[in-house]
Amino acid sequence: MAEKLVIIGNGMAPGRALEKLFELVPGQFDVTIFNAEPRVNYDRIMLSPVLAGEKSFDDIVIHGDAWYIKHGIMLYKGCKVTAIDRETKTVTAVNGITASYDRLIIATGSVPFIIPVPGKDLAGVLTYRDLDDVNAMMIAARAGGRAVVIGGGLLGLEAAAGLKEQGMDVTVIHVMPWLMERQLDAAGGTYLADALRSRGINVMTSANTKQILGDKRVSGLELADGTIVPADIVVMAVGIRPNAGLAKEAGIIVNRGIVTDATMITSDPSIYALGECAEVDGQVFGLVAPLYDQAGILARQLAGDVEARFAPVATATRLKVTGINVYSAGDFATGDDREDIVLSDESAGVYKRVVLRDDKVIGTVLYGETTDGPWFFDLMKDGRAANDLRDTLIFGESFEDVAELDAYGGRCSIAG
Amino acid sequence: MTASSPIATTVKTTCPYCGVGCGVLATPQADGSVTIAGDPDHPANFGRLCSKGAALGETLSLDSRLLHPEIDGKRVSWDEALDLVASTFSRVIAEHGPEAVAFYGSGQLLTEDYYVANKLMKGFIGASNIDTNSRLCMASSVAGHKRAFGADTVPGNYEDIELADLVVLVGSNLAWCHPVIYQRLAAAKALRPEMRIVLVDPRRTMTADISDLHLPLGADGDSALFVGLLRALHEAGKVDARFVADHTQDFTGALDIAEDWTVDRVAEATGVAVADIAKFYDWFGATEKVVTIFSQGVNQSASGTDKVNAIINCHLATGRIGRPGLGPFSITGQPNAMGGREVGGLANMLAAHMDFDPVAVDRVGRFWGSNNVATQPGLKAVDLFRAVRSGQIKALWIMATNPVDSMPEADEVREALRTCPFVVVSEMNADTDTVREAHVRLPAAGWGEKDGTVTNSERRITRQRPFLSLPGDAQPDWWIVSQIAQRMGFGAAFSYTGPGEIFAEHAALSAFENDGRRDFNLAGLIGANYETLPPVQWPVREHGTARMFGDGRFFGPNRKSRFVAIIPPPPLAPPPGQLTLNTGRVRDHWHTMTRTGKSSRLGAHIAEPFAEIHPKDATRLGIKRATLVRLENRHGSATVRALITDRQRPGAVFVPMHWTDRFSSNGRVDALVTAKADPFSGQPALKMADIIAAPARVVRYGFAVSRSEIVPGDASYWASARTPDGFRTELAWDEAGDWEARARALFGVPAGTAMLTLRDERSGRMSFALFDGTHLRFALYLSPDPVLVSRQWAVNLLGLPVADVTTRSRVLAGRPGADVPDPGPIVCACHSVGMKTILKAIEGGCSTVEAVGAATKAGTNCGSCRAEIRPLLAKLQPAG
Repeated sequence: MAEKLVIIGNGMAPGRALEKLFELVPGQFDVTIFNAEPRVNYDRIMLSPVLAGEKSFDDIVIHGDAWYIKHGIMLYKGCKVTAIDRETKTVTAVNGITASYDRLIIATGSVPFIIPVPGKDLAGVLTYRDLDDVNAMMIAARAGGRAVVIGGGLLGLEAAAGLKEQGMDVTVIHVMPWLMERQLDAAGGTYLADALRSRGINVMTSANTKQILGDKRVSGLELADGTIVPADIVVMAVGIRPNAGLAKEAGIIVNRGIVTDATMITSDPSIYALGECAEVDGQVFGLVAPLYDQAGILARQLAGDVEARFAPVATATRLKVTGINVYSAGDFATGDDREDIVLSDESAGVYKRVVLRDDKVIGTVLYGETTDGPWFFDLMKDGRAANDLRDTLIFGESFEDVAELDAYGGRCSIAG
Repeated sequence: MTASSPIATTVKTTCPYCGVGCGVLATPQADGSVTIAGDPDHPANFGRLCSKGAALGETLSLDSRLLHPEIDGKRVSWDEALDLVASTFSRVIAEHGPEAVAFYGSGQLLTEDYYVANKLMKGFIGASNIDTNSRLCMASSVAGHKRAFGADTVPGNYEDIELADLVVLVGSNLAWCHPVIYQRLAAAKALRPEMRIVLVDPRRTMTADISDLHLPLGADGDSALFVGLLRALHEAGKVDARFVADHTQDFTGALDIAEDWTVDRVAEATGVAVADIAKFYDWFGATEKVVTIFSQGVNQSASGTDKVNAIINCHLATGRIGRPGLGPFSITGQPNAMGGREVGGLANMLAAHMDFDPVAVDRVGRFWGSNNVATQPGLKAVDLFRAVRSGQIKALWIMATNPVDSMPEADEVREALRTCPFVVVSEMNADTDTVREAHVRLPAAGWGEKDGTVTNSERRITRQRPFLSLPGDAQPDWWIVSQIAQRMGFGAAFSYTGPGEIFAEHAALSAFENDGRRDFNLAGLIGANYETLPPVQWPVREHGTARMFGDGRFFGPNRKSRFVAIIPPPPLAPPPGQLTLNTGRVRDHWHTMTRTGKSSRLGAHIAEPFAEIHPKDATRLGIKRATLVRLENRHGSATVRALITDRQRPGAVFVPMHWTDRFSSNGRVDALVTAKADPFSGQPALKMADIIAAPARVVRYGFAVSRSEIVPGDASYWASARTPDGFRTELAWDEAGDWEARARALFGVPAGTAMLTLRDERSGRMSFALFDGTHLRFALYLSPDPVLVSRQWAVNLLGLPVADVTTRSRVLAGRPGADVPDPGPIVCACHSVGMKTILKAIEGGCSTVEAVGAATKAGTNCGSCRAEIRPLLAKLQPAG
């Protein structure tokens, strides 16, 4: 008799966990999924190209209906779970559907953070989280007009670029001194702002939102310094919070997210948390790479590998805005023990920085020319000594095996 | 055919570089360029050209040309300039006598120019203070020839080198300094591998490539080697007693001294292994057909004349002179050193191979129609500039040469010009270190514009013909000298209308009352068609003369030759801690680079001054590979690149003579040379100064490519060379500073303009670059160590438009990625083939120089680089 596995949430992380699970122990679990969104598992990372009109929803589907059928999965679409009964090991959804589990995975993801300013509930204040948000933005954009995006991070900038692509006048309001401050240094952020401005996106940094203006519907936004920015829609993209309410109500220990250890098991040994809703050993994660790692660990645990442990590794990020290439990874704070190699070509919009400590790459920020990002990232993850590469390190992989220069002709102007 | 016809006309002329005197075919093209080819009919080269000759077309541009007369830097008319020069010389002569003025000429002057200048000074001013840069080149050969033969006669010709069974090269780096002779020799040896070549040189130069034996003797060890050879020939019974008895004198005196010079003693005096000396002596004794070629390693010495005679003694003792395939052979360095000798354009000659004996003075006076002919020799170059410095000479006219760079104690020469009340320079270049010191600058015609004759090392007179019109106000030297002579009141004797007229007079003087006792005789050329004059070897009575002395008749007393008893000087060793400075030429440059510096092809092989240092000396002195080294002595200093190589002899350094203040910050090596001269010839010892060498202080090295010339600013070192699209410059600084600001200053980039930058603060490596649209304006690379940059790749960047951002920023890398081939430093100047391209061909299976040539084109034009390809083959291919 197969064990009953119930999953709340149908995002990318549980999708990956199932793939792994079916690979490790085919047929061992009888799987039921409750998806609050009325659709299959899709690539949330690719929402920006959808917003920009470069891709359709079909292009970004990860698991189509056939996949669920093939694996005998019961998928409830548009079916939000409202309660978990740990005593009876059942979950109940909005429309009364219940399912009992032997093991339960909570993968409820995150919710956009809404800054608590007056006017936050006005019509036309949107967030950027799922396909419904994208659709809402695309509909709003059809009327043209002005969009203000609050938040100059990855998501906010992708939204801004998409809205611009959809024909809106776009302003990005960012509270920090430069854009993408978690991924970029000041120089990289400045390059980025210049590039956005050159494609017609208005960027305001060190800009603190005081209130959203409007009567029923958004009409503008007022900054702390009194500046008024007119707006027909406002997109909040200032961050996310783990969506842990359901677990909390069920009495599972929740801190910022649903608390688990490195095995992904919550305070209830039958219940796992996975993805953006989980707080693993005190850390919450929002990028896909560590979430996929969590999925792999969880699958192994379910398959009986009780030794499997999640260990976070450095992650790299890429901004998905066509024509603007940004890549960053690792630690690029300045410090006495850090050594920087910096290349800049301001007029061509290229900025590359590699940070070394003890002759090893510990971080990189690439703007404009990001081809070698993954190579730097590999050097970082491998902890490989870079002293032999140092002269040409910043030029990337195609210089790795570059021939030695000659004893004389390479050092002076004598063909000795 | 009209004047504007686009049909190209090919002109037969002569190369303006070394003393080989190659025939050149010059064909002006419709676009203003000139196609250059070797003249297949010319007996000096039979169509061959070296890298320098082949690149002549690149040196004809008018940039940096002096095009108008100038007085104190201001453009004036010819009349103003000529009047000032003539009146000043006349006034100085009137006030201080004819010895108070001097001319300093050049082996680049044509025979006709030379003749007129010599006639003016010795025939009409009435003094002999006319000397030339030929004093620095072959004066010791002249003196040696005169002592041995009674005349300055080169006995043989180039064909003898090919016919010989043993060729001895003494102080001659043929491969680089006379590449076409080297090619002819190499080709002969390839045909007859049994032919032997012995190289006598302190350095293992590129000429060692075709040598069977290299004798790396210490400085000035040549006399000991050849005095010992005379003894060995005598011991071995190789002396031709009959020839010695019939055609020579003073053999016993020479042999008596030689008796003490055993092989062991020669070994001790020269530092060469006993076995190698014995082998050389055996070969020389056993081989009838021996040619001994000697050049600057012999001549540029305080005992140069004795060296020449020590060599000639061995040929006289064996009777090996004047016949095909044998003889002593002085190969000169300049295109018309021989022509200068012929007209008497040196302070210790009168005219047409006549000296200052009363009969000759009278004869020349009658011929010239002057009763004011000089009666005694004047000041030779070193003494002449000392007399300028002391104020004895008050008016000096320098023609077509650059003594501020080429004279020994060159800083003193510069000082002499600065203190001289009146310095005239006639030149084709607007800016040389000498032109900078002139009060009056007279624009002279250059190669391709000039019309006249030159004589090469084998006595062959060849026409140098014009194929370009005179630019600006430029005039030929003979015209300038004649104009001055006329304005000084000697009009009747200087009313020449063209060079043909002058040549006819020169030929007539050589034949005037010539009873056969004067070797130089052009009787057969009087009335010859000057325009169509074919190459011909003097003497020319009815026709030319291939060889002299075949009949055993010399020009000494009783038509005999003379042995000179040579006492070899004690071995020259520098004081403890010091090194002996040897100077000379490199393959692709010529003299002070006024011409070769214009060619990007010629700048690619070696683009900065350097010092060859033996690894042992480098280790002892703490001098690291490719760093900068400072050379110093009481006369001056130079800063050059250290080229650490075991081709150099321990205890000595070699520095090329070519670099001037135009091309490098402090590369004028002749500033360090002691002005010590040979007592007989007055030729200075340019290869034997004592110096100390030490690492130069450098905090940052730099290399730059740029479209325009840089402004070196506070750089403590720089050396610049032309490239096809701009310039390449090596740089160094001895003080830290704001590197970005320095970069901006070097290339004139305003503060607001963003440059491409690469900084690795911790390692100290930085790069800066700037594009104008898709074209690179400059790239600068900095490093605390000698900058690692693929120079040729960077040079090529200037000519390649760059559109994508990745390639743009890669400019800062200083080398191509693994996906782009790196040509490496240029080895073949003619086809711009780099070392890496050649190595790749060898790795790909090319096992001979010919195969490398077929695959890459390297070495297939002039062949000058073949000597450099062969060692690459040897290095990569395990000895089989």
